[in-house]
Amino acid sequence: MTTRMIFAGFGGQGVMLMGQIISLAGMIEGKYVTWMPSYGPEMRGGTANCTVVLSDEEVASPVTDKAEVIVVMNIPSLVKFQTDVTPNGFLLINQSVIDRDADRSDIHVIKVPCNEVADELGNLKVANMVMLGAVIGGTDIISTDNLFKALEKKLSGGKSSLIEVNKKAITKGYEIGKMALAK
Amino acid sequence: MAERVLVKGTEAIGEAAVRAGCRLFFGYPITPQNELPEYMSKRMPEVNGSFLQTESEVATINMVYGAACTGRRVMTSTSSPGFSLMQEGVSYMAGAQLPAVLVNVVRGGPGLGDIQPAQSDYWQATKGGGHGDYKLIVLAPSTLQEAVDLVSLAFDLADKYRNPVLILADGVIGQIMEPVTFPEFKDPNTLPKHDDWALQGAIGREKHVVTSFDIDPVVLEKMNLELVEKFKKIESTEKRWEEYKLDDADVVITAFGTIGRISKSVVTRARQEGIKVGLFRPITLWPFPYKRLEEIVKGKKLVLDVELNMGQMLEDVKLAVKDNAPVAFYKRMGGMVPTPEEILDVLKMELGR
Repeated sequence: MTTRMIFAGFGGQGVMLMGQIISLAGMIEGKYVTWMPSYGPEMRGGTANCTVVLSDEEVASPVTDKAEVIVVMNIPSLVKFQTDVTPNGFLLINQSVIDRDADRSDIHVIKVPCNEVADELGNLKVANMVMLGAVIGGTDIISTDNLFKALEKKLSGGKSSLIEVNKKAITKGYEIGKMALAK
Repeated sequence: MAERVLVKGTEAIGEAAVRAGCRLFFGYPITPQNELPEYMSKRMPEVNGSFLQTESEVATINMVYGAACTGRRVMTSTSSPGFSLMQEGVSYMAGAQLPAVLVNVVRGGPGLGDIQPAQSDYWQATKGGGHGDYKLIVLAPSTLQEAVDLVSLAFDLADKYRNPVLILADGVIGQIMEPVTFPEFKDPNTLPKHDDWALQGAIGREKHVVTSFDIDPVVLEKMNLELVEKFKKIESTEKRWEEYKLDDADVVITAFGTIGRISKSVVTRARQEGIKVGLFRPITLWPFPYKRLEEIVKGKKLVLDVELNMGQMLEDVKLAVKDNAPVAFYKRMGGMVPTPEEILDVLKMELGR
């Protein structure tokens, strides 16, 4: 099985990191992975995105125009990417920033109040991890255990004090992702 | 087994060079390969090596020339316009028979070019970007693991033949992250010393001369012919390529580098639709595997060459294929990268489906 994912948002919302952590988790889970950033002449505050491919086979193309899972953290990303979700795929919307609905009825739409949840946890910076939790809660493509392992690897050394709050954010997001599908 | 790590392409190439015993790196910044000199600026001091950010690409290549004269493993990396600036020095190095590994993370040209993936420097790389009769050995990785493996090979080939070796990459190879396994560290002191020609201090021995030139045409012709013999030897022994699902194929895709890996997806998808497609992927762009490609295409319905340029490798593909099969071509340019679906549509159109 091959799952293509796009993470998109403003620079600073942590979309590149989301992609890297899920790629690392995929590698730990024994999958083939690629992570590809958009790297145009971007400006601060502009939009950024990355493409992640997780697969049981060698990844042939790290480039894709369609994806089974697309995460949008801001309105420009929703506008740009919502048509690229494959039928029956997943569109995850950062509800804290995006005050509108998707125009698609043939896909699973999961709305995640990333900022509010992060705020409750006392660290607004973990909003992206809330979203990442929702991604795996909704799609089950990676185990939470391996996502935690990837997080520990990424935040080893000086940042290790942040592991706990990031784990909490992932767990909260995971529940939101699961609940959204139960509806 | 060695640990798999998730790394960026530019960093994978840098670490592979360090492990291959490279301790000298000169470079000048240019996107999309800046993470490579950045990585080396951090890594070289850790392994007792030297990193130098130069004032220009012209200075870079001449420092590489100077360092290579000592017989030590040396590397530089740049992107298209920067590699153009280096061409004079590259020609001098080839003429003086100096080993070095050069990396060009190609951008979409000509001229300034954008920083997106492209393959438009194929001619410059394989047909002689600088002046004079010379060849570079040109290696084109399509995955990060292959990039890591080819960097080791590049240093070995440079040493073996006393010739610059070029890694021709693009923005995808430079920018993606992918798990790789790095080889063990080579101790620079166990590598070929080159003390039969290198400039390492002449006390107690005859002087060595490293030069691309002799003023006497009789001598210069001999030097030129020596190069020709070397290039012939490289052509006969160093061709490398990958064959993918060609055994029962009616259609052969030819592609290198990033398009080579994307074409594997095309092969898989085409086969799901009952079209028997295989892939021929040159790994050494020079020497180009003409003979093997000629053997493979006999009796095929179609050869589809796909590149990120106006049809540069296409010339070599046609030289190899001759009249044995019809050759079609699909291109994207300016930094655009085709999806597998797009290439499959072209392939079906060419087949009249």
